[in-house]
Amino acid sequence: MNGPVNLDRRQVLAGGGALVVSFSLSDAFAQEHAAAGAPKPPGSLATSPYLDAWIRIDADGITAFTGKAELGQGFKTAFQQIAAEELDVPFEAIKVVTADTGRTANEGYTAGSHSMQDSGTAILNAAAQVRALLIAEAARRLDLPAENLRTDNGSVVAPDGRRFGYGDLVAGDMLHVQAEVKSNLKDPATYKVMGQPVPRVDIPAKVTGGAAYVQDMRLPGMVHARLVRPPSYGAELTECDTSSIEKLPGVVKVVRNGNFLAVVAKKEFQAIKAMRALSTVAKWNEKAGLPNQNDLLHVITGLPSKDSVIFEVSNPAVSGQRTLEATYTRPYQSHGSIGPSCAVAQLNNDVMTVWTHTQGVYPDRQGVAEMLRVPPAKVRLIHVEGSGCYGHNGADDAAADAALIARELPGIPVRVQWMREQEHGWEPYGPAMVTKLKASLDDSGAIASWNFEVWSNTHSMRPGGGGCMLAAQHMANPLPIPEPKPLPLPEGGGDRNAIPIYKFPNAHVVHHFIPSMPVRISAMRALGAYHNVFSIESFMSELAELAGADPVEFRLKHLDDPRARDVVEKAAKEFGWQKGQKAPQDHGYGFAFARYKNLAAYCAIASEVEINRETGRPRLVRAVAAVDSGQVVNPDGIANQVEGAILQSMSWTLYEAVTFDDVRITSIDWQTYPILRFDAVPEKVDVHIINRPGQPFLGSGETGQGPAAASVANAVANAAGKRLRDLPLTRLKIKDAIDA
Amino acid sequence: MTTLKVNGHDHEIDADPDTPLLYVLRDELKLNAAKFGCGLGQCGACTVIVDGKAVLSCVTPLLLLKGKEVTTLEGLGTVEKPAPIQRAFIEEQAAQCGYCIAGMMMRAQALLQRTPKPTDAQIRSELQTNLCRCGTHMRILRAVHRAAHLMDTAELTTNGSAQ
Repeated sequence: MNGPVNLDRRQVLAGGGALVVSFSLSDAFAQEHAAAGAPKPPGSLATSPYLDAWIRIDADGITAFTGKAELGQGFKTAFQQIAAEELDVPFEAIKVVTADTGRTANEGYTAGSHSMQDSGTAILNAAAQVRALLIAEAARRLDLPAENLRTDNGSVVAPDGRRFGYGDLVAGDMLHVQAEVKSNLKDPATYKVMGQPVPRVDIPAKVTGGAAYVQDMRLPGMVHARLVRPPSYGAELTECDTSSIEKLPGVVKVVRNGNFLAVVAKKEFQAIKAMRALSTVAKWNEKAGLPNQNDLLHVITGLPSKDSVIFEVSNPAVSGQRTLEATYTRPYQSHGSIGPSCAVAQLNNDVMTVWTHTQGVYPDRQGVAEMLRVPPAKVRLIHVEGSGCYGHNGADDAAADAALIARELPGIPVRVQWMREQEHGWEPYGPAMVTKLKASLDDSGAIASWNFEVWSNTHSMRPGGGGCMLAAQHMANPLPIPEPKPLPLPEGGGDRNAIPIYKFPNAHVVHHFIPSMPVRISAMRALGAYHNVFSIESFMSELAELAGADPVEFRLKHLDDPRARDVVEKAAKEFGWQKGQKAPQDHGYGFAFARYKNLAAYCAIASEVEINRETGRPRLVRAVAAVDSGQVVNPDGIANQVEGAILQSMSWTLYEAVTFDDVRITSIDWQTYPILRFDAVPEKVDVHIINRPGQPFLGSGETGQGPAAASVANAVANAAGKRLRDLPLTRLKIKDAIDA
Repeated sequence: MTTLKVNGHDHEIDADPDTPLLYVLRDELKLNAAKFGCGLGQCGACTVIVDGKAVLSCVTPLLLLKGKEVTTLEGLGTVEKPAPIQRAFIEEQAAQCGYCIAGMMMRAQALLQRTPKPTDAQIRSELQTNLCRCGTHMRILRAVHRAAHLMDTAELTTNGSAQ
């Protein structure tokens, strides 16, 4: 996060848009002058090529900048390790500044397990090139060849022992130069800081009550706002006599702008009481428009779609005899952040500053500016950590809410936090999906043909477009919701990981993109890969059974990529997987594998599930994962991410579905949207990391999501003796399957 | 005005008697650790200790706290001088986003004060009230076990400074 968040007045004034975004302007200049098709430097240096957008050395010491947002993944610590390593300074010598439209490069969203690839790679290369510049400057001053000099602990050292501190070598705009395409990177065998399980820099404040989150911000004179959201999508405010509300204790203002309704009070609980009172005087006209949640299979496949064949291989010489077909469904699912979305906004001298836990300060700035109908230069967004988001939750909406309210109270900082039912009821959910699979086996038990069809909405309705944000949709004179677009392959959205990584002689993959969105949706951790990997890896185990083969052996039989084979073999070995093994009574074993997006980290997970045959209740007993995410920066960080992915994905897979009637969302708290609790936490989760020194960073935030789902589903099938294909795999569905 | 004892100090609180303790701690006393998660007593992010017991501060009004002693995470230790439970969570790196962690720690602290050597089943059962969305549960369990061990050791060496 960008701390400290308890800013004093002087800092706040300085933060009111006064900082000049010199390198952003320089970026545009650089892009104009870059020859088309010329090779670009790696990672986000390709779009923000100036070295001082990433590394600065000045009176404040050494600072590394990233346009990405720390969301609890721990990459702020990893970036500090990378910068320290390539600059040859101790870990403690680096300060990291995260996403801020006033200070950092525009790296779009912090999403898609891209932070290490984009920003980590940029910092790695920028740091190496800065080190080379420092050596060159010392060489010039000493009149010695650069190759005779070395760096050590923040200094350039000559053979005779003369040293120049980095701070003494940097002058003027020395680092304001464009990155070279290639950097002279250190040999991974010499790494001292990278590859180590360095403790996270943010954890001490979080476990001692330090100001760690946007929720903890207290600006001088700050007031508290609460929203009265419409009770349902499309509801219109017909009547609202606010006169009694304005007289309530502490109330500063009631803000009504079309269907956008909020109340501001001096104290937080005063705002909550006023919100409750306001909600009783607000009358809404609601309309039915939600689909039948009990028949999502037909709802989703019945919507108009734009269809495209995204993968096709054909070998007419190979044909199958035994065939299998299956349909898998996923409901709408909630990000379910523990802390409801929050933002602080302040209008000062025509500049709106918003402190937000958005994943994308630059695109969100664009959205807020569109909503306020001001130029983006009049809006500054500063990322401050919030509760974990796992994709596009209410963070951006809360930023817009705060800005729309703060515009009515110039000079006064306004903090808005959503209530629990607002977070659950209004966040953009992970989209419902349907997949239909069909395959055939040849004489040898190998897959001869493979057909895969996926039906899905887009998986990103993030701003940029101001119309993506609730406040802009609800205000009078609203902005239109932008047309949904499918996210392009190779990364994809609904079709992410829809193309099989296995080698099949015949394969046909179709993406049915559904523009119409009856339920508000957007990006949720792993996007379509969660359901597509669940489907593919469930089906692979079903096919293995049909072939009479062991599920691990069956996967290896169709897998060429040596790194893929390595994680599969590692997970199987560490789990103690044995061909033909039988789990204890009422237990089952499951296995699954994927390479995230078919181009990022590899992850295989073996699991053991126990089922209570009386109640149907499933419990993950243990899970063993193997992961290859390229060069390891912080092994404990990767383990933490993959452990978390396994437990969260298990919770999605066994328990979670957004519920609604034809008018309103009905899963609005933790009673109506239950998630994993400690009674169902496994006995053991092990993560084994395969390090690939010198290989590109592949990221690890999302790689476990799909494999965990399928591994658990396969173990449930193994334990129950029945295959379940409709998520979530609830106690009742398992009980019904056992009793059938 | 209501007098409220928090972390060993008496405070004069200017808030309505129906104000939940959570807002007294956050707004009146500017304490960060107790978090708003649901306001419904469903998630445990707001957990603090009142007279030795873990309490959901979001559903506990000020008027019920007369004469009672409130302890928050801030009252246990600091970054410079962490309490055993804080040390344990740092050493186990038991956080991702960390939003639920203060509540987890306070509930665990209450358990350890009452039951210094809990079994794994006791820890799981105690933490049942508290939700974590990042999936940090395995580390949280390890950290509570470690805290029990640290407190045990601390009692031997410093005569119970473990709070």
